[in-house]
Amino acid sequence: MKIIIAGDGKMGAKLTRQLSAEGDDLTLIDSNPRVLESSEERYDVMVVQGNCASMEVLSQAGVREADLLIAMAGADEINLLCCVTAHSMNPNIHTIARVRNPEYTDQVYKMREMFALSMTVNPERQAASEIVRLLRYPGFLKRDTFAKGRVEIVELRIEKNSKLCNVALNDMDGIVKCKILVCAVLRNGSAIMPGGGFVLQEGDRIFVTAPTNTLAVLLHNLGVITHKVKSVILCGGGRMSYYLAKELQKSGMGVSIIERDQGRCEQLAAMLPDTSIIQGDASSQFVLESEGISECDALVTMTGLDELNMIISLYGTSCGVPQVITKLGRMDNSNILDRLTLGSVISPKELCCNTIVRYVRAMKNQTGAALTMHTIAEGQAEAMEFMVDKDTPHCGEPLKKLKLKKGVLVVCITKGGRQEIPNGDSCYYQGDSLIIVTNSERGIRQLKDIFE
Amino acid sequence: MNYKMMGRFIGKILMLEAAFMVPALLISVWEGEIAAVRAFMLSIGATALLAWGLTWFCRGSKNKFYAREGLACVGISWIIMSLLGCMPFYLSGEIPGFVDAFFEIVSGFTTTGASIVPAVEELSGGILYWRSFSHWLGGMGVLVFLLAISTVSGSDNGFTMHLLRAESPGPNVGKLVPRMKKTAGILYLLYILLTVANVIFLLAGKMPLFDAVCTAFGTAGTGGFGVKNDSIAGYSPYIQNVCTIFMLLFGVNFSCYYLLLIRQVKNVLRDEELRLYLGLVAGSILLIAWNLQGTYKTLEETVRHAAFQVSSIITTTGYATADFDLWPGLSKAILLALMIVGASAGSTGGGFKCGRVLLVLKSLRRSVQQVVHPRKIQAVRMNGQPVGEKILQNTNAYLAAYTIIIILSFLLISVDGFSITTNLSAVLACFNNIGPGFEMVGPASNFAAYGAFSKLVLIMDMLAGRLEIFPILILFSRTTWKRR
Repeated sequence: MKIIIAGDGKMGAKLTRQLSAEGDDLTLIDSNPRVLESSEERYDVMVVQGNCASMEVLSQAGVREADLLIAMAGADEINLLCCVTAHSMNPNIHTIARVRNPEYTDQVYKMREMFALSMTVNPERQAASEIVRLLRYPGFLKRDTFAKGRVEIVELRIEKNSKLCNVALNDMDGIVKCKILVCAVLRNGSAIMPGGGFVLQEGDRIFVTAPTNTLAVLLHNLGVITHKVKSVILCGGGRMSYYLAKELQKSGMGVSIIERDQGRCEQLAAMLPDTSIIQGDASSQFVLESEGISECDALVTMTGLDELNMIISLYGTSCGVPQVITKLGRMDNSNILDRLTLGSVISPKELCCNTIVRYVRAMKNQTGAALTMHTIAEGQAEAMEFMVDKDTPHCGEPLKKLKLKKGVLVVCITKGGRQEIPNGDSCYYQGDSLIIVTNSERGIRQLKDIFE
Repeated sequence: MNYKMMGRFIGKILMLEAAFMVPALLISVWEGEIAAVRAFMLSIGATALLAWGLTWFCRGSKNKFYAREGLACVGISWIIMSLLGCMPFYLSGEIPGFVDAFFEIVSGFTTTGASIVPAVEELSGGILYWRSFSHWLGGMGVLVFLLAISTVSGSDNGFTMHLLRAESPGPNVGKLVPRMKKTAGILYLLYILLTVANVIFLLAGKMPLFDAVCTAFGTAGTGGFGVKNDSIAGYSPYIQNVCTIFMLLFGVNFSCYYLLLIRQVKNVLRDEELRLYLGLVAGSILLIAWNLQGTYKTLEETVRHAAFQVSSIITTTGYATADFDLWPGLSKAILLALMIVGASAGSTGGGFKCGRVLLVLKSLRRSVQQVVHPRKIQAVRMNGQPVGEKILQNTNAYLAAYTIIIILSFLLISVDGFSITTNLSAVLACFNNIGPGFEMVGPASNFAAYGAFSKLVLIMDMLAGRLEIFPILILFSRTTWKRR
């Protein structure tokens, strides 16, 4: 598929990496020749230098033959203009614009209609709602939902005193006393698809498939004490903080935002009446102490600097904050981060990238595309939900008789309203939905791709 | 350095080379030349074995590749490819000396067309075919061919750009379409179509099939190996004119043809490099024809010979229909200047390239203006678009390297004691991938007289000229091999 990416920033580069590997023909537009040069050297793409909203530049980038335009430039207005211009030059093009100014949030649906956009993305807002979900179920590092919210893949870290430490997967059932499946383990930065004899160790991060209604049982049996989050400290007062505070306010949590810039504080105070805005440096321990870091239920660090976020999170953990969430802009060094106790790590860019990749895949195969897709284990594995339709082979055959590709695991079968964590004797029928986890490098695009 | 990955790449290239030798083997079998058949069998076996060995030994390499590996890979693979490519000449005994055989094949792959064979017609069919085919393969580049047929998986696969840049001539090599595989495919498709058209036109002039194919290979790669002792002179005027036109066509930047295909005729007509190229051709033909008054019987003959020699030299092909060494001084001077200018960037021709000449002239003009107005800020433009300072800098560096290499090689080959004109034109003819020079290396004679050392120098010149200096130059740089 021919795709134009306007804006070769961090987000653009991330998309380029992912989509180029998926075999799409990419053309990048940016006004900075330096970043284009480095992208051209790194990926098999074509680059065009110039303003992405200019017709000449767009036509140079081949907008008339393109199937999709993804506008990821710095300013929302440029993204919108870029999409509108492209659409006027090629009425069949699909357009995705990044719109992240909070002032446009309420009119985003209207704008989609007005400007004929196929989709708008807002990474910060998406990340904020992800954090809200995490705060509702403290104890998990990450939650990805499938089957309309009825099944989840949750991430847990095995601590030294955990009941699961040094336990083989076969013996887990006796401890957790509910139907779950460990679908991937991240150990020392690499993802493993474990077998039944796999023994968990301290520091492993495990990815567990479980029906949503068993999550509470799971946490209880693992001895993770959870109480409802009542007070949250947010470090950094950017867009993401705003979205998050607004959501948290609704559920009646006490929220305080620590932000350094006086002007920004005043802005936030005007927009968020029920949140306490603290002007101060979040990296100073004194400020954190005086805002009650040792008594709060959750700490979310989302300043603009990844390093600062990490340090504040480490300090929060050492103060005994039950739930710490760290926002990171770049996940390149994630195998080093593994050893740090940063709590949950959220990357708005990664979340947004997943959304777009899912859209692109759905465009490519109209039928049989994944209903849901999440990357897990630092992007080394993918979890996808597929519908079993009449073309799917091997309906009604027990799983143990099927020859699946290496590194592919069926982790859940949803039949009507009932979720089944499959074993060797399980089988699926037309109309069921399957959740597949794979670390296979040969991309799985459709359900039939999982068979040898 | 990622040696394993380089090994795998070179393995693939050798595999291709072995496959490309098979048609030559079949021709030898059909002709019943026992020595040539044996030589080709041995060469194919050795090449395939080495290719298989390299691929096996270097399996499971990491897919990381940077500029340094890309350039070095191109340089090394051309040298190894030539070493194996000269085996049929040497083993069949048709070119007895190893250095001579090596010279001949490098001259082939680099599309130079400088020969050390005194009597071409005595060579057997398979050997002649392989000699001409090496032009065709070297013209567009074997790595580009590899890029067109093989898929590089993974996400960090932009390194293929380094390979294309190293093998395609020109100051500013870019892709035609986003995917490297498709870009390379389009280039080869255009190349094949033009070659086939050339063969058809030659056949229409009642040229024998074998001659037509070999001549077309030589024209397409802008090489210059013929199958007759007198090059193209013995053929009819129609065939000579077909050659003139096709030589000129292969000296045009191939992206112009792509633009024509996607109907962007305006951009082609506005292309400054194309205008300079055609202008130089037309001007030189007129001047030489005027200068040659009275040498030939009719005006038609004068213009035909002038046009043929001009196209042959500017596209760096090196075919000849007349011994231009006997022409008057002005004509010779014009031809010598055209030798240096060369064909367009992105074509199969060699030389300094019209595009670079334009850039050098334009940046020179800017420098002159800046002497008068020291505060003047001015962008150098090409086809209306500003050219990046980096490209200008690279072009000037290229000019420097180009001059230094010519002077050095000229000094080195002077040990053989030939005249200054002979030596200088020999260096220019080899370095710019033309073929014939003046006097002792003129169109009526060949390079056999030079000693082994001079031949090696000229071999390096040919490789450096074809790959545009840097891929060969970095092989001699210590930083290339140092661990980082």
